[in-house]
Amino acid sequence: MTARVLVGVKRVIDYAVKIRVKPDNTGVVTDGVKHSMNPFCEIAVEEAVRLKEKKLVQEVVAVSCGPQQVQETIRTALAMGADRGIHVEVSGKDYDSLGPLQVSKILAALAKKEEASLIILGKQAIDDDCNQTGQMTAALLDWPQGTFASELVIEGDKVKVVREIDGGLETIKLNMPVVVTADLRLNTPRYATLPNIMKAKKKKIANMKPGDLGVDMTSRVEVLRVDEPPQRQAGVKVESVEDLVSKLKEAGRI
Amino acid sequence: MPPARRAPRRSATVPRVGTSSAWRWCRGLFSPPVQNGARERTLSALRAVAGDEGVCVGAALREQHGRDESVHRCRPPDVVVFPRCVEEVSALAKICHHHRLPIIPFGTGTGLEGGVGALKGGVCFSLRKMDQVLDLHQEDFDVTVEPGVTRKGLNSYLRDTGLWFPVDPGADASLCGMAATSASGTNAVRYGTMRENVLNLEVVLADGTVFCTAGRGRRPRKTSAGYNLTNLFVGSEGTLGLLTKATLRLYGLPESTVSAVCSFPSVQAAVDSTVQVLQAGVPIARIEFLDDVMIDACNRFNSLSYPIMPTLFLEFHGSSRSLEEQVTITEEITRENSGSDFSWAEDEETRAQLWKARHDAWYAALALRPGCKAYSTDVCVPLSRLPQIIVETKQDLITNNLTGPIAGHVGDGNFHCIMVLNPEDPEEVKRVHEFTERLARRALAMDGTCTGEHGVGLGKRALLREELGPLAMEVMQGLKATLDPKNLMNPGKVL
Repeated sequence: MTARVLVGVKRVIDYAVKIRVKPDNTGVVTDGVKHSMNPFCEIAVEEAVRLKEKKLVQEVVAVSCGPQQVQETIRTALAMGADRGIHVEVSGKDYDSLGPLQVSKILAALAKKEEASLIILGKQAIDDDCNQTGQMTAALLDWPQGTFASELVIEGDKVKVVREIDGGLETIKLNMPVVVTADLRLNTPRYATLPNIMKAKKKKIANMKPGDLGVDMTSRVEVLRVDEPPQRQAGVKVESVEDLVSKLKEAGRI
Repeated sequence: MPPARRAPRRSATVPRVGTSSAWRWCRGLFSPPVQNGARERTLSALRAVAGDEGVCVGAALREQHGRDESVHRCRPPDVVVFPRCVEEVSALAKICHHHRLPIIPFGTGTGLEGGVGALKGGVCFSLRKMDQVLDLHQEDFDVTVEPGVTRKGLNSYLRDTGLWFPVDPGADASLCGMAATSASGTNAVRYGTMRENVLNLEVVLADGTVFCTAGRGRRPRKTSAGYNLTNLFVGSEGTLGLLTKATLRLYGLPESTVSAVCSFPSVQAAVDSTVQVLQAGVPIARIEFLDDVMIDACNRFNSLSYPIMPTLFLEFHGSSRSLEEQVTITEEITRENSGSDFSWAEDEETRAQLWKARHDAWYAALALRPGCKAYSTDVCVPLSRLPQIIVETKQDLITNNLTGPIAGHVGDGNFHCIMVLNPEDPEEVKRVHEFTERLARRALAMDGTCTGEHGVGLGKRALLREELGPLAMEVMQGLKATLDPKNLMNPGKVL
């Protein structure tokens, strides 16, 4: 039986919030805005918890990198059924420039430290849409990766993953230890219920810094500018098909 | 606040204080080219409050705000305004009050009784820009929301807290709109309707007065302080005031859920099972009835293979241990009532499969006659009378050659005939209309109501009079006259 699953959870702006760009164009407004767990991370947690319920895994550890507030996100994972949490403290400038490279270095270091044999992550975060952390983590660990998973089956010391790809579905078999990233149709995550939220308060969250794991937090990426998409222009009504064709020609579209 | 009035002498009709000249003046106000100056001045006054983008006279937008999901035809307002806060709502109402313009509150337009039609033109107040969830108190199980917050929006907001708002009318309706129509849903048998779950409302009256029905900011779980103004406005369908905030009662999310389906040889057997399940003290969360016609429609629509018999769809909420007990007791009861094919599931995906028939019932009914529209009836009777009314209604449908599959919230004695009809065929429209009147009167004769959850709106005003009787109607009209003496709030509805 596999010992330990590591699940990465990211605290992002809630999907239902209308995003606004800061007046200085350096980023988006995050103060006072509702945050919650990245939806793909919820799917990852759900999958890990289901594996534990099927007794295919012994322990689920939820990890998040960021300032004090990410503890709420870890608590949600605990309420969904994770056993314990790890909060890697990253704040200030380091948090502003935190990206997939640093996170994957942290996850790789933790995977070794915790002797995890399975890492499940969301396929991407809804704030940056990078879709890189899972792939980078696998590369750093030199582990096989099953990305965009819509189905995950543990078969002994191997993992069968059905991947959602452009042409349809691809089924692959990977030797453990392995990194899997969750796609939308992998499962439907459970809601955290009150009794479980109460129980989660008693579960442990360990604190550590990237330095404790020997990770260099320097970013190789610098955000120059953030802009809103162009405002939608009013449409024009036309009277006839000829009119439409001539207007399209004028605009150089045909 | 307008001074208190005596009840009007003409008891059978809505008080029409200055109305005939008033609405002619309104119509004149907005019909070009006469009196364009007055129209422009009013529009400028509205724009001064709500901003240029907050006042719209475009035809498409007005049509969108003149219809809901009922079969009543579109009655567009003259203007649509989009206030951003209660102060703007109040200021805009004052302008309408001064010019005697009807005020029509609009949430999501998902009503089923034509409640948003602007019969006399006027100003539609679309409240969707006021979309904040305010003041969540997790430990007190309450939250205050603005009218732009919908049911699904709120539950999504709450998803990390372990709490939810269980009233589920099907559509993703505005919560304040649900309060205005006293909405209910499949969960009512366990969690109640809006009447039981609204703790406080912020109301704007036609003259712009703003007040809170239970006192500003108050949210005790129970109270015996003064008249129950909160429940006066719940169900008032926009005829007494605009609802700009609602404080709602929240519940803990169920730890686990089990869904089950069971077929029965007769309607009587299905309803008997329902009554016995309730009597056994099973805290059942949803208990839905689909008749054989509906099951057949669902089978065809979704390529399912349920036995074509009266069927119950059940849902249980609780801890794993409690669920085991609930399901065991219920299965036993259904067996004793000749129920068959009892199947149940606990995981989300299989539950969704099991309930798919019930979820898609509306579309399955529509698919029986492509190109037609559907109208849902909505009567509610005491439980013991349910088998009789359903049997008589089915007979009525057959005799009159009408398509009306039945879906019902049997735990409440409430059921809907989904009348599928061709709206262009006046003869069929007439037959359906007469059928629904007979059905409503059948329910009234059995100590029931002509509307269990959809409201009175436009089409059931005469039935309301029959249901309540002239004296109760007089009291209602007196209240209306007190709170809205100029009859500007959604005129032509309810009373």
